[in-house]
Amino acid sequence: MFYREAGDFKISYNQDNQTFPIRFDRYRYYAVMVFAFAVVPFIINDYWANAIMLPFLIYAIAAIGLNILTGYCGQVSLGTGGFMAVGAYACYKLMTAFPDVSMFIHVLLAGGITALVGVLFGLPSLRIKGFYLAVATLAAQFFLVWLFNRVPWFYNYSASGQINAPERDVFGIIITGPNAPAWATYLFCLVFLAFCALMARNLTRGTIGRKWMAIRDMDIAAEIIGVNPMKAKMTAFAVSSFFVGIAGALFFAVYLGAVEVGEVFNIQKSFLVLFMVIIGGLGSIFGSFAGAAFLVLLPVVLKVVGADMLGWPTDIVAHLQLVIVGALIILFLIMEPHGLAQLWRVAKEKLRLWPFPH
Amino acid sequence: MLDASEGYVTEDGRQIGGVVMEMKNITLRFGGVVAIKDISFDIREGEIRAIIGPNGAGKSSMLNVISGFYVPQEGEVFFHGKKRPQMRPYEVAQQGIARTFQNIALFEGMSVLDNVMTGRLNHMKTGLFSQALWKGKAEREETENREIVERVIDFLEIQHIRKTPVSRLPYGLKKRVELARALAAEPKLLLLDEPMAGMNVEEKEDMSRFILDVNDEFGTTIALIEHDMGVVMDLSDRVVVMDYGKKIGDGTPDEVRTNQDVIDAYLGVSHD
Repeated sequence: MFYREAGDFKISYNQDNQTFPIRFDRYRYYAVMVFAFAVVPFIINDYWANAIMLPFLIYAIAAIGLNILTGYCGQVSLGTGGFMAVGAYACYKLMTAFPDVSMFIHVLLAGGITALVGVLFGLPSLRIKGFYLAVATLAAQFFLVWLFNRVPWFYNYSASGQINAPERDVFGIIITGPNAPAWATYLFCLVFLAFCALMARNLTRGTIGRKWMAIRDMDIAAEIIGVNPMKAKMTAFAVSSFFVGIAGALFFAVYLGAVEVGEVFNIQKSFLVLFMVIIGGLGSIFGSFAGAAFLVLLPVVLKVVGADMLGWPTDIVAHLQLVIVGALIILFLIMEPHGLAQLWRVAKEKLRLWPFPH
Repeated sequence: MLDASEGYVTEDGRQIGGVVMEMKNITLRFGGVVAIKDISFDIREGEIRAIIGPNGAGKSSMLNVISGFYVPQEGEVFFHGKKRPQMRPYEVAQQGIARTFQNIALFEGMSVLDNVMTGRLNHMKTGLFSQALWKGKAEREETENREIVERVIDFLEIQHIRKTPVSRLPYGLKKRVELARALAAEPKLLLLDEPMAGMNVEEKEDMSRFILDVNDEFGTTIALIEHDMGVVMDLSDRVVVMDYGKKIGDGTPDEVRTNQDVIDAYLGVSHD
C-alpha cells in the first residue's frame, strides 16, 4: 500500500540500473538528503553533533570501507583501527606541513596515503585466506599503532606523544579545533559521507563490484572466467583503505581534535567497525549506515534510558552495553548473517503487498 | 586422415574450418599418478568436439589443461596456430576461452543478471575512476554490455529469473545460467564440462537444443565432455575417446562406435 512498484515501468537499461529503482525509494532518498543537508545544520547543537551525528557519519564511512573489503570482496580485515590511524597521522602531517591548503584536500590525500598502505598490507591476501588473512591484518593493526607510538617524526616530536589538530578552515569556515561550529563540522563530515557512499554504490554496481563479489563467492571460478585475482583484491584493499583513511582523518581532525594512538585506534576500534558491518549487513551500503547508527546510538540510548530515566548505576549500564552488543553479534550471526539490511529488505518485500497479501 | 590446413564438411552440411586449438603430446602428472599420457588432438573452427571416456579417464583434467587451470608437465598447446606460453587461467579466459563446470560454479550471492554480466568482464575496460563517477563512460559501457547479455538471456529463455538470486534457483536452471555466463563472453572456444549431468530427459533435450543453437547461430566452436552416449553421438561432429589417461579413439561418432578399443573400454574385455 505505502510501497509499491506497480506502474513504475523501466524503458531503458539505465533506468533499470539506477540506485533506487522504485520510485517511492527514490523520493524517500531525496527527502533524507534534503533534510540532512538543508534542515539539520540549522537545528544541530554541540551535544547532538559530538555525541551522535559526528561519530555516526564518521563510523558510517569506515563501515562502508570495511564492507567493501569484507562484505563485497570477502577478505576479512581486523586492521581497520590501524588504517584509521594511518589516515589520522597522514592528515596531521599534512595539516602541519601545509597549513594553507584546504582541509578537503588534506582529508582526501590522507585517504590516498591510507590506500597505498592498505595495498601494502593487502599483499598477503594473494596467498592466504580466511582466518589466516585475519591474523595477517591483525599484525598490520599492531604494527601500525606501534609505529606511530615509537617514531617521533609522526607526532612532530611533541612531548606528550599525542597529535593535536590545529585550527584549519574550508572556504574561511573553521572546521577543526575547539572553535569550530557544530553545523560546520557536521556538514563537512556529511559531504564526505555522501561522496563515499555514492562512490561505493557506483563501484559495487559495475564491473569492479562484480569482480569483487565473484572473488568472494568462488575465487577459483572467478579466475577461470577471467578475473585477475591480484587486481581485484588489490583494488578492494585500496578502495576500502581509502574510505577508512578518510574516516580516520575526520575522526582525529574534526571529531576528537587530539589523539593518543594506542587509546583511540587500538584493536577495539577494529572490532567496533567490524561489528557495525556484521550487524548492519555484509555486502550492503545501507547496512553500513544501519550498523554505524545502531552501535553509535546504542550507548546513548542505554545511558538515557538506564542511567537518566531508571536511575541505574552508570557502571552497570556500561557493562550492560557490552552484554547487549555481544549477544546481538551472536544472534545476528546465527539468525540473520546479512544483518539489519536484510531485515529491512524483508520488511520492504512485505510492505509491497501489505495489507492485502493475496 | 584430415588435412591440418583445410576443414571438412559435416554430415548435415556445415562447413568446418581450420584448427582453432591443437593439443600436442600432452602429459599431466599429479605426483606419481599420470592423469593424461601423451595425448594429441585438435579442435576445429565451428565444430562440436566431444571428449568421452569412462570415469577417471582424464577428461576433466584435459579440459582444465585447455582452460589453463592445470599446467601439463609435457606437451604444447597451440591456439590459433600459435604456441601458448604458460598462462594464468584469467589470461586464457581473456584470449576467448570460456567454460562451464561439472559442479556448478556460479556466484551464489549475486543475481542471475549479475552472474551473466560477469561473463562480459573481459570486454569491459573502464578504469576505477570512471566507474566511481559512473555517469558517462562507465554507464555507457554497462548499457552496451547489458544489451549483449540480454540477448543471451533471451536466447536461453531465462528472462523470468533475471533478478532472482542464483542461490534460489533449481539445478537445471543453474546449469542454464552457467551456460549463459559462458556465452555472454562471446568465446572463440566454449568448453562444457558435463553440461547434462544430473538432468532428466526433458532438460537434456533442452540443453542439447541450446548447444546446437549456439553452434548454429553464433558459429561457436564447442568442446564438451558428456557421459550420455546418445547425446554425445547425436550432438558431436568428432569425438575423442580417453581411457586411463590415454587416447584410444578419435574420429566421427560412427568411426568411434565401431572402434574395437572403445568397445573394450566401455563394455570390458574378457581376460581368458
